[in-house]
Amino acid sequence: MYAIATENLTKDYALGFWRKRPYRALDALTLQVEPGEIFGFLGPNGAGKTTTLKLLLQLVFPTSGRAEILGRPVGDAGVRRRIGYLPENPYFYDHLTAVELLEYFGRLFGLSSADRSSRVPRLLDQVGLGAERRLPLRRFSKGMLQRVGLAQALLNEPEVVFLDEPMSGLDPIGRRMVRELMLGLRDRGTTVFFSSHILADAEAVCSRVAIVAGGRLAATGRLADLLEFGVKGWEVVADGVHDGVADRVKGLSARMTRIAERRYTLEIPPSVAPDRALAELAALGVSVVSLNPLRDTLEDYFMRQVSGHGHQRQVEA
Amino acid sequence: MVIWAVARSVFRESIRDRVFYNLLLFAVLLVGAAVLIGQITAGQDLKIIKDLGLAATSLFGLFIAVFVGIGLVWKEVERRSVYSLLAKPVRRPVLVLGKYLGLAVTLLVNVLVMAAVLYGLLAFMYYTANEGVRAGWEMEAPALDPALLKSFLLIYVQLLLVTAIALFLSTFAGPMVSMALTFGCYVIGHFNADLKHFDAVATSAPLVWLLRALYYLLPNLAPFDVSAKVVHGQPVPVGYMLMTIGYAAIYISVLLSAASFIFSRRDLK
Repeated sequence: MYAIATENLTKDYALGFWRKRPYRALDALTLQVEPGEIFGFLGPNGAGKTTTLKLLLQLVFPTSGRAEILGRPVGDAGVRRRIGYLPENPYFYDHLTAVELLEYFGRLFGLSSADRSSRVPRLLDQVGLGAERRLPLRRFSKGMLQRVGLAQALLNEPEVVFLDEPMSGLDPIGRRMVRELMLGLRDRGTTVFFSSHILADAEAVCSRVAIVAGGRLAATGRLADLLEFGVKGWEVVADGVHDGVADRVKGLSARMTRIAERRYTLEIPPSVAPDRALAELAALGVSVVSLNPLRDTLEDYFMRQVSGHGHQRQVEA
Repeated sequence: MVIWAVARSVFRESIRDRVFYNLLLFAVLLVGAAVLIGQITAGQDLKIIKDLGLAATSLFGLFIAVFVGIGLVWKEVERRSVYSLLAKPVRRPVLVLGKYLGLAVTLLVNVLVMAAVLYGLLAFMYYTANEGVRAGWEMEAPALDPALLKSFLLIYVQLLLVTAIALFLSTFAGPMVSMALTFGCYVIGHFNADLKHFDAVATSAPLVWLLRALYYLLPNLAPFDVSAKVVHGQPVPVGYMLMTIGYAAIYISVLLSAASFIFSRRDLK
């Protein structure tokens, strides 16, 4: 059984006031997410990520296709007890405090008073909300609301968590907290499905990703399979490259970029063994500041996949 | 229970949004009117205060029913707080009914406090007046007439009906349209009987049919206003009360079912 499965999931919206034109926000999405994995759902703005999440949570209804969560159709009341959801740019009730909001949502899950009393403060601690938890939410910054949103998504100790742009509005400390939170959830066996257009976030935590562009699935698979992990060369930062040796250093590298006086970045081609390059640089009296392998990044892959996908897509007649 | 949790949240929001501040205004208005009217009328002041108290209860309640009623579902959708809510084990019809129930409790508290304020003022006037004035007041109806409660009850039921209209309209229309239509329904509802007999003055058959259709479609709110009868000591039979409340119950059930049906099928973009 998959944690999440969709089959030809399609959503059309009607655009325009008088003459309505159908607009395909999502086109025949078929994907499966394994239990206990962190699955990154990536794509540029307007790619169909939020539409997919809304379809999975039945906030909107599919034009065609189907979706299941934990082997049950989406919208099944039993499933709702087992999932958590953080919407993009979450908004909650201005008049409530963070504690009151979680208490309210806890009642919706049917949690006992004792469960609410233990879980609410623990979760607020976990997302880094201190004394401000007693302030009305109208006084919260975007980042603080995001933290409340994360806490409410985990209130029922869900088996599957949907996070829509979870890093949005967070400072670097908050982003790290979310990453650690996701890894902690995975370690406890929770499936995390998160959408993002920030690839570094996905690269840091995901075991598998799907890339959507123009409402269509462009690629899906394990990061290790999607990316070329073979070394494409070496990047060396060299210091002490004076005019007398500059030409010979240039001969070793495919590209040589000046950083500062006598300091250069060298791109050594894969045909040259790194130890040989280091030995030759040492023989020339050049000191090596750093040596790093050049690999394909998720960003490189992503750009290749999404290029050419238009943003405007009308349903073909 | 989920429905009560939602209702409780609406009630708490009413308190925090200072909805009950209107009670203060109501009390000031009534006491001020009592002082003023006492000086310019001759023995009619108690009746006028009763009339004014009932009319103000109806009017203040109407504003709460319409303005809060329209926002119940619309605000959730517009501000997107509904996304987190519906990802929980909350079915959409339960959300609609819970919201309605929350405002019904808010309105009940409002009407009860207003009734208490009116009775308090009437008691003060009665016990501070001399025997002759008291006798004049009580020629038609007792000063602290329990029948006033019948009027308060029907005002409350009418407010429940207006809230259901506002909620129903707001599940598919924008707030301005919903507000205009709800107020329109309220006004027309009080003159509904005239629509039925429009054939006496209208010559166009389609117009007569349209007005006849509106007569059956729109709520008839005139029966809910028994304040004139109560103030003048005329009886309001229990059978009449039950018929009127029954009519409202059916109308409200239909509206809430329709609101739940529409909201359950709506894409929350």
